[in-house]
Amino acid sequence: MNDRALWPVLRQAGGKDPLALGSAAQSQRTADWKARTAGAKVVKSICPYCAVGCGQKVFVKDEKIVQIEGDPDSPISRGRLCPKGSATLSLVESPLREYHVKYRRPFSTHWEELPLERAMEMIADRVLKTRRETWEAKDDDGNTLNRCYGIAHLGGATLDNEENYLMKKLYTALGVVQVENQARL
Amino acid sequence: MGTSFGRGGATTFQQDLQNSDCIVIMGSNMAENHPVGFQWVMEARERGAQVIHVDPRFTRTSAVATKHVPIRAGSDIAFLGGIIHYILENDRAFKEYVVNYTNAPVILREDFKDSEELDGFFSGWHPDTNGYTFETWQYKGMQMHGAAGQREDQSLLAKVPGLKPGEDALKNGEPPNMDKTLQDPRCVYQVLKRHYARYTPETVARICGTDPQHVIDVAEALCANSGRERTSAFCYSVAWTQHTTGVQTIRGAAIIQLLLGNIGRPGGGILALRGHASIQGSTDIPTLFNLLPGYVPMPHALAHDDLKDFIESEGAKTGSWGNMDKYIVSLLKAWFGERASEKNDFCFDLLPRISGDHSTYRSIMGMLDGTVKGFFCIGENPAVGSANSGLHRRAMANLDWLVVRDFSEIESASFWYDAPEIESGELRTESIPTEVFWMPAAAHTEKDGSFTNTQRLLQWHHKAVEPLGDARSELWFYYHLGKRIKEKIAQQEEPFSEPVAFLTWNYPEKGETSDPDAQAVLREINGWDASGKALSDSNSLKSDGSTACGCWIYCGCFKDEVNQTARRKPGTEQSWVAPEWAWAWPANRRIIYNRASADPQGKPWSERKKYVWWDEENGEWTGHDVPDFNKTKRPDYIPKTGAKAEDAIAGWHPFVMQDDGLGWLFVPAGIVDGPLPVHYEPHESPVQNALYSQQANPCRQEFPRTFNESNPSPSDEHGNVFPFVLHTYRLTEHHTAGGMSRTVPHLSELQPEFFCEVSPELAQLRGLTHRDWATIFTSRAVVEARVMVTDRVKPMHVDGKTLHSVGLPYHWGSRGLVTGDSANDLLGITLDPNVHIQETKGLTCDIISGRRPRGKDVPGFMNAVRTRSHLENRT
Repeated sequence: MNDRALWPVLRQAGGKDPLALGSAAQSQRTADWKARTAGAKVVKSICPYCAVGCGQKVFVKDEKIVQIEGDPDSPISRGRLCPKGSATLSLVESPLREYHVKYRRPFSTHWEELPLERAMEMIADRVLKTRRETWEAKDDDGNTLNRCYGIAHLGGATLDNEENYLMKKLYTALGVVQVENQARL
Repeated sequence: MGTSFGRGGATTFQQDLQNSDCIVIMGSNMAENHPVGFQWVMEARERGAQVIHVDPRFTRTSAVATKHVPIRAGSDIAFLGGIIHYILENDRAFKEYVVNYTNAPVILREDFKDSEELDGFFSGWHPDTNGYTFETWQYKGMQMHGAAGQREDQSLLAKVPGLKPGEDALKNGEPPNMDKTLQDPRCVYQVLKRHYARYTPETVARICGTDPQHVIDVAEALCANSGRERTSAFCYSVAWTQHTTGVQTIRGAAIIQLLLGNIGRPGGGILALRGHASIQGSTDIPTLFNLLPGYVPMPHALAHDDLKDFIESEGAKTGSWGNMDKYIVSLLKAWFGERASEKNDFCFDLLPRISGDHSTYRSIMGMLDGTVKGFFCIGENPAVGSANSGLHRRAMANLDWLVVRDFSEIESASFWYDAPEIESGELRTESIPTEVFWMPAAAHTEKDGSFTNTQRLLQWHHKAVEPLGDARSELWFYYHLGKRIKEKIAQQEEPFSEPVAFLTWNYPEKGETSDPDAQAVLREINGWDASGKALSDSNSLKSDGSTACGCWIYCGCFKDEVNQTARRKPGTEQSWVAPEWAWAWPANRRIIYNRASADPQGKPWSERKKYVWWDEENGEWTGHDVPDFNKTKRPDYIPKTGAKAEDAIAGWHPFVMQDDGLGWLFVPAGIVDGPLPVHYEPHESPVQNALYSQQANPCRQEFPRTFNESNPSPSDEHGNVFPFVLHTYRLTEHHTAGGMSRTVPHLSELQPEFFCEVSPELAQLRGLTHRDWATIFTSRAVVEARVMVTDRVKPMHVDGKTLHSVGLPYHWGSRGLVTGDSANDLLGITLDPNVHIQETKGLTCDIISGRRPRGKDVPGFMNAVRTRSHLENRT
């Protein structure tokens, strides 16, 4: 029989909780409450802010992140997160996050919409045009340069190793040497 | 650290701090900026360790330290020099370690002259080029080669006539001229002693604005907590690197740690605390102009005609860099696949050449000058985050095109309509030619990939959900951009198209958005053998083209076809070293140079500090970590003359990356501004150099131009116009330029407003009121901030003069949930000559009460400031 059908005082008197500090005092509503992480899939992750490298547990329910918290398994962080790490859910769901490409023409006063595929095509064209126009085959003394000096890159240090690898590989093949990141700053 | 020990990475790991008997935190506010890592400092303190915080400000790190020593911003080398002086004068070095594991006994050349002899310069100075030539810094009778450090300066690569390279010069594995009694006046130990003879506690205290007793106390704490039974550690972050003497400051700590025998041992080491999730990774697999993956240098136009040349001049003959041919050939195989063969030099000719400094500040100057036309700004916000951010905004307003990828529309994407220069009328939206593409980026929860943390640890994060809308990972962006460019190049005529056409670019695509498989990229970074099987470590790399490897120091991260970086055996279920949590480079070693944790005979220095030792019975090195040494090389191994690469390293030399296997107290190669650290004043300083007539680092890189003027310093005329020290820093609740924190409601609420920290004395002097406004200006810019009057900032008494300082957190900009002026607008661009990092932790400024001028009044105000300091005559 469901214990909670009885009056609390009866539960207290007849049940296992004579002091009414636990189950005897709990209402059905409280008993029904579930953590928002209950039943969520846990995806193991790493905090994206500083380089301490704290472990994070990302809780996913219905293809949506419902909670991000410290991973007690991590031997470095032992479950802890700092104020920034604790705010990671708000970071990935920031009200200021935008999800569509924006385009500003030269001398224009406003943004325009631009489909992603079109933007990719235009950027590829810009890269090749600037590469063509600023190509340096040799220096004044005839030493080989084989580089494109008209394009520069500044990339964050919160990117993945795999991303940095593809960047460096592509830029080097294009002859772009001015490739830099936050480590310099 | 690279120049002292051989690798540019933290020598230890955060958890190992718990084993320290004394921790010196300097150039870092660890408790506030790395709070979770700081738990290991607290563990050590609980176990009785001393925790010393040396910093201009009293912060939460100081609050829990056992001792706080306030010193003037920019005086760190003097303070460290004072500790070195104390160790040497009182004969407190760990002699057995120093004699066997460092270059202290090495005899230097007769023609080497120290900065003490030449008033702040070393021998080899050329005033006409503002730089050094380096041959006099070499060991007597041996050509040394920098395992790390600067290589883009062509003269560094020059061979010194008459000097033999390591393979021929090393005698029984040791440099040819040594005095193990350390008595020879030309041995490194004695040179070091003379170099720091004048860095007495009194002199140092006078320079640093602190008490001589503080210098003695810190030095004594370090000496008392070093040796066989005890170890001490140093922690630092950007308050050491962001100076015109940044590299030399870290060198100062390296000298102390080598003299005290604290490198390669548990509880010892130097821990660089880095501020971005994968900043170590982005130098290991560098998005840096002068490097290829794994610290292999970019080919230089004047030095490297072909692959043979490159290997000849860049690879050492002895030490791990003796394997340069294997590293570069395997990299070229990873990039150019079947196309790279012995016949065509493995496509070495397809690599572009550098010809000097092409670092980001040079690129900015190029944008202003119109030579740089296109710019990719990826997860970075230079319009707020870079020194002299105003100059960056002007530079970006002069581009043909700009691609910005971020979570939201950051200041670097919006400058063309809302920069302060638009408000002041100095720039007009309708006149800015820059075509801007803003693209939404995916968050770490929306992509697979690995970060390399501050202790060289690669940790995998798994994708939790798909990114929304057009948001994509950088992996997606670069993969698909590359794919398109490859298609176009196949169809149209382009200059030198082979490198793009030949580039291997086949990664499996997944899902609706055709996302490239990040694990496939990691596997390429790890590399494979001739049969296509994943390599297990860098020892299996070959120079004949049969192996491919995208980054040799990461080789092993995909060992046994398993993503080792995704290993997550709970810390509680393994030893304190936790070797089965993720994967550290190199070869999963957590403390590097750990051969030094045993004595020359291979026995632990003490039971208490046991870590890696020689197991005579099994004939191998063993212990709590992966030995950073050839596993079966005996501790008494004596190399034959002519031995190459690692075979040339003696069994008792732990620093295997160096060509002599020794820790370098004195750096004979790889550093451009001196073999030993010298105290120079910051580029902008309110005082004169008390030790030398040479005021600042003579090799520093300056960019004198309009909008990047320098404030005059005291020996100059009008040196008193900017009387206060300015330094910038970070807060716990924000992240650099704010792109990942001013967009976050919780964090914005916790730290809503830009403020300046001043002492009550300065507040009184300038009439500043707590919580009211102040205007701060330099010759570059003017900003306003809320005033925080606090005892945490104390006036310093330097050389009889009272010095006040203004502290500024630099997180704000014109956008985000909370806005404010950018402190970085105030900074000038002047750089360390080795690594091209700017000086932000010690400049000068002025501060007045009230709000700043607005709109069109700003240029007028700035012109008046420039006139007062007579800058028109200086740039």
